[in-house]
Amino acid sequence: MKTKAFLSGNEAVAEGVRLVSPHVIAAYPITPQTGVVERLAEMVEDGSIRAGFLNVESEHSALSAAIGASAVGARTFTATSSQGLLYMAECLHYASGGRFPIVMMNANRSLALPWSIYGDHRDSLSLLDSGWIQVYVEDAQESLDMVIQCYAIAENLKVLTPVMLNLDGFTLTHTYELVELPTKDEVQEFLPAFDTPYKMDFENPKNMGFSSTPADNMEFKYQQHKAVLDAKKIIREVDAAFKERFGRGYGGLVDAYKCDDAEMIVVCLGSTTGTCRTVVDELREEGWKVGVLKIRFMRPFPEEDIIHYTRNTKAVAVIDRDISFGYEGTVYTNVNSALAKTGRDILKLNFIAGLGGRNISKDNIREIFIELKEGMEGKKKEHVRFLGLGVSVDE
Amino acid sequence: MSDKRSGMINARTITDKEFFYGHKACAGCGGSIVVRLILKVLGERTFTVVPAGCMSAVGFIYPQLCFFNNAIISTFPGTASMLSGIAAGAKALGLKDFHVVGIAGDGGTADIGIQALSGAIDRRDKVIYVCYDNEAYMNTGIQKSGLTPYGARTTTTPAGKNIKGTVIGKKNMFEIVAANGIDYAATASVGYIQDFLNKVHKAAKVEGTSYIHVLAPCPTGWGTATDSTVEIAKEAVDCGLWYLAEYENGEFKLNKNPKEFTPVEDYLRKQFRFRHLDDDDIQKITDIRDAHWKKMRSSWKG
Amino acid sequence: MNRPVLKKHIKPKHIREYPVGPCYEAGHLVTENATWRTQKPIIHIEKCTTCYYCYLCCPEGVIFKEDKKVKIDYAFCKGCGICAKVCPKKVIQMIREGETYG
Repeated sequence: MKTKAFLSGNEAVAEGVRLVSPHVIAAYPITPQTGVVERLAEMVEDGSIRAGFLNVESEHSALSAAIGASAVGARTFTATSSQGLLYMAECLHYASGGRFPIVMMNANRSLALPWSIYGDHRDSLSLLDSGWIQVYVEDAQESLDMVIQCYAIAENLKVLTPVMLNLDGFTLTHTYELVELPTKDEVQEFLPAFDTPYKMDFENPKNMGFSSTPADNMEFKYQQHKAVLDAKKIIREVDAAFKERFGRGYGGLVDAYKCDDAEMIVVCLGSTTGTCRTVVDELREEGWKVGVLKIRFMRPFPEEDIIHYTRNTKAVAVIDRDISFGYEGTVYTNVNSALAKTGRDILKLNFIAGLGGRNISKDNIREIFIELKEGMEGKKKEHVRFLGLGVSVDE
Repeated sequence: MSDKRSGMINARTITDKEFFYGHKACAGCGGSIVVRLILKVLGERTFTVVPAGCMSAVGFIYPQLCFFNNAIISTFPGTASMLSGIAAGAKALGLKDFHVVGIAGDGGTADIGIQALSGAIDRRDKVIYVCYDNEAYMNTGIQKSGLTPYGARTTTTPAGKNIKGTVIGKKNMFEIVAANGIDYAATASVGYIQDFLNKVHKAAKVEGTSYIHVLAPCPTGWGTATDSTVEIAKEAVDCGLWYLAEYENGEFKLNKNPKEFTPVEDYLRKQFRFRHLDDDDIQKITDIRDAHWKKMRSSWKG
Repeated sequence: MNRPVLKKHIKPKHIREYPVGPCYEAGHLVTENATWRTQKPIIHIEKCTTCYYCYLCCPEGVIFKEDKKVKIDYAFCKGCGICAKVCPKKVIQMIREGETYG
């Protein structure tokens, strides 16, 4: 008899953390992540989690403390969002370069200025180069399951790279659904105890976090890059093993829905995917051949998977809940780079949508597919367009 | 009673082992005396955190790794938060009988590191925080920090016709950490080495957070001879511009209360960074010193 | 008693020979500091009272205790002169590097 609970995205993450039993949790609050650290504090209080719970004084300290704990071989967890993620930016590079397998939940939220507490992907996507593995989940069940998988990926000695688990701010962190909970024993059996030789200890003392000269730095960076590339295989293996053990798999690095014979595909991250699948189903009823490709991992970037699932398609639209000012959306840049390598001439459009919590509706998605269709029929289309603006921008 | 039996740490009882060796600090570096002696007092079961600064820059450049014990470099602002993390991680892993010590410079303590230090003290994390104070950002080439004293020339407070070097005084870190509610704090100087050793040894026993602020002259930045480091650190105390004190059980105590101070002028004129000061400036510094000592003597023990 | 010694640094030929991230065995010295100095300390050991003050004050830790006296590891002495300055009995003399004493 499986246990089910009615949980928000934040609460699901907290449950996942309880099941993996970390040694240290560093907590600093920021909207819309607060539910995670609050729930974890309750669990520490009632004894369902036995961990060192540090109420730190800033996000920089949160990740810095997590790095310290990881450096002595402890399993650690922290969570943040938006401004906090940027405040700890230096520590992100520190953790990845230092090869500390920390798992951090990030509630995707827009970045000031202007201030916005609402969701978009600008925070995590602006730190795509920080060396972290980044995964984007679409619902509370996936959130809980991925906490477990993220530790299995991060702590694998071939990977030893921190992982950022991204949940859409408010749309996922604060919405409720029925979630199946594995038992702690099941999870402890699936996820072995964290055991690494790369830690300070008294039997084999270490010097860690040291400097490199121009003679060595590139070698360390190559090694780091290779570890993230090698993680692709581990990600697929962990997902397959998870599916076998718990009955739920997520497709590895991407989740492709009705893409194999699709003439037009929308690519997106996170909770927008659910809306896209609904619209795909409706359009399929109307005779359109369409599909949606959800990119789960932005790093390592699933180039092969994207090329594979778009092999038969004629037009691709990438929804970016971010914008690299002065150019295009980051997801589009990455997808475009992958597709350009195929040499195939397909239409690729970028739709900037959902910034600062702006809703992405079924009508918006439908509009995207119509744009793709018109583009395929020869109508000239701007490559980068802001979708859903409330005003005209014609000059 | 032999020194070993009384639990005293001194030149005879201290371990023969060296834990900070072969480093590339300047000849005569005060900071390296601090690091070397702390690690000898605390011994093998110690995790050391050193932030960006002189001691990490000279001690940890692959493949020359000069810490013969567990040590890690932290981010510049993150010394105290990394200490908190290590203490929490080690405790959660069931480790016992160990020390966690952070050794940061004045910039890394009073300026960029103060937020994390305040948090660690607030949480009463069982860590020892040592500030080796050479009174400027020395590693980056002698720039003004929050602990650069009044009148000192640095590259970002140059002394010229219009401005005479640093125009504000040192942050009072000792009283700041006391106000923060620390369990044990002390000021020290490499010119009074036994006193420093005693304080490290005492901090090691504190069930809570401890802070030691040790004056560690920098020949390069102060413009003094490489052989004068220990002497000048002693003179700083003897002339009253630095002091030896402790804060515990909520009370301040002066460890040394000189009846008479040696001349401030002698101390200042030995150092290139003060050589531009005229008699009025020196009088001003002397008056500030006197005001400070009046305040300490009126309310502190000792 | 561990006197730190020099190790020969063999430059890795393959990436797998690199340490995994910046994490390595504690204490690994591949270069000396002897070439830094222009003067070096000589201890007139017969006058030494073994107060060990020089041993405490040395920033490098190159003064060590042996056979109830003190000795200097010249491979790592930078010749700063602190030991000569602080010795209460003035038994340490700084001589120019390259000169011999006696």
